[in-house]
Order: sequence, then structure tokens, then C-alpha cells
Amino acid sequence: MSSESSKWPLWEVFVRSRQGLSHKHVGSLHASDATMAIANARDVYTRRQEGVSIWVLPAEAISASSPADKDILFDPANDKVYRHPTFYTLPDEVKNM
Amino acid sequence: MDLNQRFEDYIAADQKIEAKDWMPDDYRKTLIRQISQHAHSEIIGMLPEGNWITRAPSLQRKAILLAKVQDEAGHGLYLYSAAETLGAQRDDLMDALIEGRAKYSSIFNYPTLTWADMGAIGWLVDGAAIMNQVPLCKCSYGPYARAMVRVCKEESFHQRQGFQIMLNLCEGTDEQREMAQDSLNRWWWPSLMMFGPNDESSTHNEQSMRWKIKRFSNDELRQRFVDMTIPQVELLGLTVPDKDLKWNQSTGHYEMGAIDWQEFFNVIAGNGPCNKERIAARKKAHRDGQWVRQAASAYAEKMRTKVTPNQTNAA
Repeated sequence: MSSESSKWPLWEVFVRSRQGLSHKHVGSLHASDATMAIANARDVYTRRQEGVSIWVLPAEAISASSPADKDILFDPANDKVYRHPTFYTLPDEVKNM
Repeated sequence: MDLNQRFEDYIAADQKIEAKDWMPDDYRKTLIRQISQHAHSEIIGMLPEGNWITRAPSLQRKAILLAKVQDEAGHGLYLYSAAETLGAQRDDLMDALIEGRAKYSSIFNYPTLTWADMGAIGWLVDGAAIMNQVPLCKCSYGPYARAMVRVCKEESFHQRQGFQIMLNLCEGTDEQREMAQDSLNRWWWPSLMMFGPNDESSTHNEQSMRWKIKRFSNDELRQRFVDMTIPQVELLGLTVPDKDLKWNQSTGHYEMGAIDWQEFFNVIAGNGPCNKERIAARKKAHRDGQWVRQAASAYAEKMRTKVTPNQTNAA
């Protein structure tokens, strides 16, 4: 009973909610090609004016960092508080910095 | 660090588990089962209401009902997508549904006999679904939780449009009020059954609560639903078909009569009034759409392998 749609690639859908904001990932869907993916993404993810622009891209085209590398990749930022402005104390006399 | 320990720590710290994170097999299986059943319920749930689209009493009612049914299709898709992030295959899930191997909410195996049923379904069935789904927005599995946030935003329109249908009928003629009461009589108990078996006989409750997939027990949610809904029933001037229902001043809750669990398990087992009809309709839709899917695949393949004039020259 399996259908042809099993061969359809998975597309990740990104929607720009309004001009001036970046596209944001909203979900995924199967479609035979990019045109169908955009048409379906419009019906599925923007029924209530959630967007003004849609990107779709094949899920298999995405390379991702591995969850196992999370510590190696992101922990080093932990002890570098001097990258944040709040690390620096200023005399009360200094306004607007 | 031990993978299982890390997983447990995440859960304990109310951190979300994401698709690529390590998770115990049983957690994955439990989620695939729950999310796919939920998706099936959305898709099968289109059928009882689809029954009234062509007979809606006005063009506006028809447009509203169409929009609602379209939402249910969208909810099914968000949920199938969430199940797929766990490694489930869409077609396997679909096959399980149309071959009658998958479960879905028992409520959709009852017939929609009158227009008032569109009101009762939106008000009670979607109302009960919201009660179930709002806590799922905080479920420990990220993709499921995010899908539920979208679903819940949209369900609220469903419940209100249903209540409005009931309100209009109750403000109408005697015959219309009777129609509303009859509908409430038929949908009340099945709606309470939507929350699942009593806590002491529910097989999945405890583990799911520990994993923070579920946040509240079946009985807790059912009680909340009754407490919230009875004042609305009174506002409509209707009565629920439960002679044992009474307000308990000391607990601040309504006490409800015993639920006929025999009926519930009978419907789950496939013997409800419409089980066979629902699966047959789903099967037919799937079969009738076959040529469209084939054509789309063929077209995509053709475009992929198409030789453009430039390529010919280069060769």
C-alpha cells in the first residue's frame, strides 16, 4: 500500500514573518519538487498571515553540528564573560556608555 | 558522561530533548506512538465534520467549517512531521492507519447526525482537545512541543465557532434548542472519554509523567474540563446527560457519574458506530489521490533529467 510520496524528499520550511525580519524555521513537509514544497508550505504554515516570504530547502542539504560536540563547541564561551559589556564596571559619573 | 544520565538530567532540569539528542528507545517509541496517534486523530477528525460542509446552513458557516477542517489537515501534518524527526516513516504511519492497525481518538467513530453536532464537536471535542494539548506545549520533546504550540493557537477558533453554533441554536426555536440538547446528550460522554481511562487503569500514565511527556493525569484533565464546561452548559440553558452530576462545595469541583468504560474500550477495539466507515473513507481518499502523486513524481523526475539547450551545446 506504500505510496509514491515515500520517494518525495523532505523539505525544511523557513518563513519571514514580515519585512525586516529574517526567515525562521517553522517545520518540514514532503513534496515532489520545490514548487510543490512552496505551494504546500503556504497552505500549511501561512493560513493566518504568518508570513510574507517562504524558503524551502531539501532537508538532506543541511549540515548540522553534532549534539555530542555540544560541550566542545559551546562550553569555551562560558568562561569568557569579558565578551559581555556587563563585565566592565564603570564609575557612576560615566553616563551613556 | 553517561548518555542515559545526561538524558535524565535534561528532563530533570526541564530542558527540551531535540531530534538528534540521545534518548532511550522506550522514550522514542512512546513518542512515536503518541504523536502518530495524535496525527491520525487530526486526519480522521476531518471526516465527521466534512460530512456537513455541503449542507452548512449558510455560506459563512460553510467557509468557517472549511477553514476548520483545513486546520485539522494542517495539524495532522505538523504532527506527522514531528513523528518523522524521531525516525518514523510517513508512509509506514499512513499504512498503519488505513490498514486499521493504528489507533486514533475514539470520539471520531461517532456519527454527525445534525448540524448541531458541528457545534457540539467544536465546543466539546475541540474543547477537550485543548485541555489535553495545552500541557503538551511544555512536553519534553522539542519538535512535539513546538507543533502543539501551533495547534493550540488554532484550536481556540475551533472551540469558539462551535460554541457560537450552540448559542445560536439555543437562542432559536424550540426545535433548534431540542436539536442542541440532543447533540449534547450524544457527545457529552464520548467527550469525557477523550481524556482516556481512569488513572488507576491507564497503562501509559506513570512513565509518560516521569519523562514529562504528560504533565497532568487523565483524571485531572477530565475534572478540569467538567469544571470549565458545566457553567457554559448552564449558560446555554442545556443539561448534561448525567443524573449524578453535582457541585461539591468543599472540594470546589463537580462530581460526575460513572463513565461507561465498556463502551470506550469497545469503540477503541474497532466496534464503534463509524470505525469501518472512517477507515474506508481514508483508504478511498488515499487510493483516489494515487494518480496525482504519481503524476507529481513523474513531473519532478522529468524536470530533474531535462536536458536544456545549453547543456546540449556543451556536449
